[in-house]
Amino acid sequence: MSTPYAKLPAWADYGLIPLINLSVAFIVAGFVVMLVGENPFRAAVILVEGAFGKGTGIAFTLFYATTFIFTGLSVAVAAHCSLFNIGTEGQAYIGGLGIALVCLSFDSVLPWWVIFPIAIVAAAAFGALWGLIPAYLQAKRGSHIVITTIMFNFIAASVMVYLLVGALKPAGSQAPQTRNFLAGAALPKLNWVIELFGAKIRSAPLNICFLLALVMAFLVWLLIWRTRLGYEMRTYGHSPKAARYAGISETRIIITAMMISGALAGMMALNPVMGDQHNVAIDFVSGAGYVGIAVALMGRLHPVGIVLAAILFGMLYQGGAELAFEMPAISRDMIVIIQGLVILFAGALEHMFRPYIQALFASVSPKSVGMQAVKGTGA
Amino acid sequence: MAQAAIELIGINKSFGAVRANRDINLEVARGTIHGIVGENGAGKSTLMSILYGFYQADSGEIRVGGKPVSIHTSNDAIALGIGMVHQHFMLVDNFTVLENVILGAESDALLKSSITKARSELDRLEREYGLEVDPDAVIEELPVGLQQRVEILKALYRGAEILILDEPTGVLTPAEADHLFRILKQLKDQGKTIVLITHKLREIMAITDTVSVMRQGTMVATRTTKDTTVGELAELMVGRRVLLRVEKGQSEAGAVKLSVKNLTVRDQRGVTMVDNVSFDVRGGEIVGIAGVAGNGQSELLEAISGIRHAVSGEVMLDGKPIDLTGKADPGELRDRGLAHVPEDRHHVGLVLAFEENENSILGYHDDERYLKGPFLDIDAIMADAKDKIEKYDIRPGNPRLKTANFSGGNQQKIVLAREMEQDPGVLIVGQPTRGVDVGAIEFIHKRLIAMRDQGKAVLVVSVELDEIRSLSDRILVMFAGRVVGERGPEATEGELGLLMAGVEHQEAAE
Repeated sequence: MSTPYAKLPAWADYGLIPLINLSVAFIVAGFVVMLVGENPFRAAVILVEGAFGKGTGIAFTLFYATTFIFTGLSVAVAAHCSLFNIGTEGQAYIGGLGIALVCLSFDSVLPWWVIFPIAIVAAAAFGALWGLIPAYLQAKRGSHIVITTIMFNFIAASVMVYLLVGALKPAGSQAPQTRNFLAGAALPKLNWVIELFGAKIRSAPLNICFLLALVMAFLVWLLIWRTRLGYEMRTYGHSPKAARYAGISETRIIITAMMISGALAGMMALNPVMGDQHNVAIDFVSGAGYVGIAVALMGRLHPVGIVLAAILFGMLYQGGAELAFEMPAISRDMIVIIQGLVILFAGALEHMFRPYIQALFASVSPKSVGMQAVKGTGA
Repeated sequence: MAQAAIELIGINKSFGAVRANRDINLEVARGTIHGIVGENGAGKSTLMSILYGFYQADSGEIRVGGKPVSIHTSNDAIALGIGMVHQHFMLVDNFTVLENVILGAESDALLKSSITKARSELDRLEREYGLEVDPDAVIEELPVGLQQRVEILKALYRGAEILILDEPTGVLTPAEADHLFRILKQLKDQGKTIVLITHKLREIMAITDTVSVMRQGTMVATRTTKDTTVGELAELMVGRRVLLRVEKGQSEAGAVKLSVKNLTVRDQRGVTMVDNVSFDVRGGEIVGIAGVAGNGQSELLEAISGIRHAVSGEVMLDGKPIDLTGKADPGELRDRGLAHVPEDRHHVGLVLAFEENENSILGYHDDERYLKGPFLDIDAIMADAKDKIEKYDIRPGNPRLKTANFSGGNQQKIVLAREMEQDPGVLIVGQPTRGVDVGAIEFIHKRLIAMRDQGKAVLVVSVELDEIRSLSDRILVMFAGRVVGERGPEATEGELGLLMAGVEHQEAAE
């Protein structure tokens, strides 16, 4: 059978349709803003200006985007192997534990540029190990990865609470978090890059993890489309039977993909922990793992799409915070509604407007969809 | 001729750049059996899907019983008295016959009244058309021939006057196919109109009144069946003269390359699918395994190629055993010179979402020719894919095209090119030409014979008896997991058919 969708020009497929979906999401969100009695246009201006208007806003937007790039990549790597890793949240949390151990041990003796690589390895290793157990259970025992990874998010949360009110908490402190790291474990900021363009920045957490995220995005692209391992992962992802036929071990590919996914999730913790807060506190991941699922889907599992989607979500986070501050009627929860609408229209209802756009293209320029100039319906 | 049951006038349909149907005109007379033949991708299925409401035509007109109609969903088609029996049955396996028949035609929230009504109606249909099926049998326990009968009953139950059958005999034994034809003739005698889509020209000759030939989206000819010949139809389909039976010389069988001894394989449910099977394949010969689908051929191939584990027995490749515990690495078997063209190219032999070039290395992606360290050597892979495209005349010749966009025949050529170009010692092929058009069948058969002439051992499993008889130097027949007979290529269809049906034929067995 032929494909149900006729072809659209690439610019329409990858540019126009997402843009329309996004616009619709914002229009519907605008109605929600109207319902609570605020002016949607003013709200939109505040949101965009809050995210991109000032240097500080841009830095915050990119800081959030950094986090989402890591979690989005994590979800995407697993998804290419047809594994739905819901456990990014927990893997990132446990990744934070690895970073804490490294930083608490070495921050008084080593400079940041020595600690950073060690912390990257530790974060990746801890995240990967947290992905390994569900992967093993899936590969060897057939336990569904969605169920086990959700469970492992809870286990991760419990383990971290246990450690952060116990062993990792400095004696005498009331707060469930580690002691603050010394200067040796603080990553350099990137704010000066934005200042080069003439913007002023008061204080913002954007740090070199952003560059690391971009490097990882490139490496993930390389892995998925240019390596033998990526080829095997995609083969298994599309057809486990074809993978078996091709001599690809199911156990090995599931475990490898989940460990890479977990490693990327674990590396997400570098950004808030070493780049911003300089400690590991309870619930520092705060849902970024779940946002990663939306980012990966919106980005169509492609690193370029993921970076763009992560920046969009970074904008919603940062602009949303400004909005909640400027318009008291709009609470944090309203921002979550707007994010939800974006996910709904750009992710779940991705193909809703497609037939209409195709019909439009077909009538305006039949050649663009590869049709001869015939019009009319079947009688 | 009687009044037209269906008229299609100037039907056009495009999918992207592909014009699946162009300016199709077709008239099917009431109370006749009308055949539609054409290569795969000629647009037969698209045309019937338009008639059945799966697709909308871009332009053109459909008339049913002389009146212009618009068919947007299959419900519209059913309301107009059009019924369809699909190539792949649309039945719920764990429902009974009765439940399947009323599915979607339940009249009430509670099932009782519809079931009572359906039972008496089924009874009437069965008597009228000779379509005996136990209404309380569960579908998965019925043989395919009966399952197909349920599909026909479903259509008739919904009041079909026009019945479309898409490749109905692909899964049937010759005897079952004969029975189907008797039913179709009976339906015709009762005034029903039947449209039969097939690529088997012999069936067309046997049963249809008129036949239309499609090629590359156009209707090239309509003939009265008794005034035409198989040769003419084949030529019309392909657009050139075709060899219907491939020519081959005497085989020169050499040393045993593949040896199967007392092989027993069970499926996931523990049912014995291959039962104590033994045979040898020598270099320079083609051994064909005939049998109705589902008699253990698939499991046999999977066990030999290391995909499925065997309960007991032994398989030797060039005198060395193959690990049958299910831990065999199909990659390692490839290195040892065993190439495998699987039956199911859509899910096993190919990844349809991949580009053509990516599929041209599937299973050989470990080979250092295609690698630079851990990275794929894209240039080498593309060069290799282009080379195969040229040698095997794969069309369209674009290695970057998604595999799903190739026709069945070209997809099969992609798999064959990949496996044959590795120069294996043993080639095992499942259903070499399933869903493949006439032109490509000829090509594939020639290639298989060329492999044989190079001294390779070739094992072919096919449900197409013609294919087995024309290719094989020796024919094994499988029934219920066992090899029930071995014959030479001169065996008659009737003789093989009896073996395939499990009838112990004393005379045939001498």
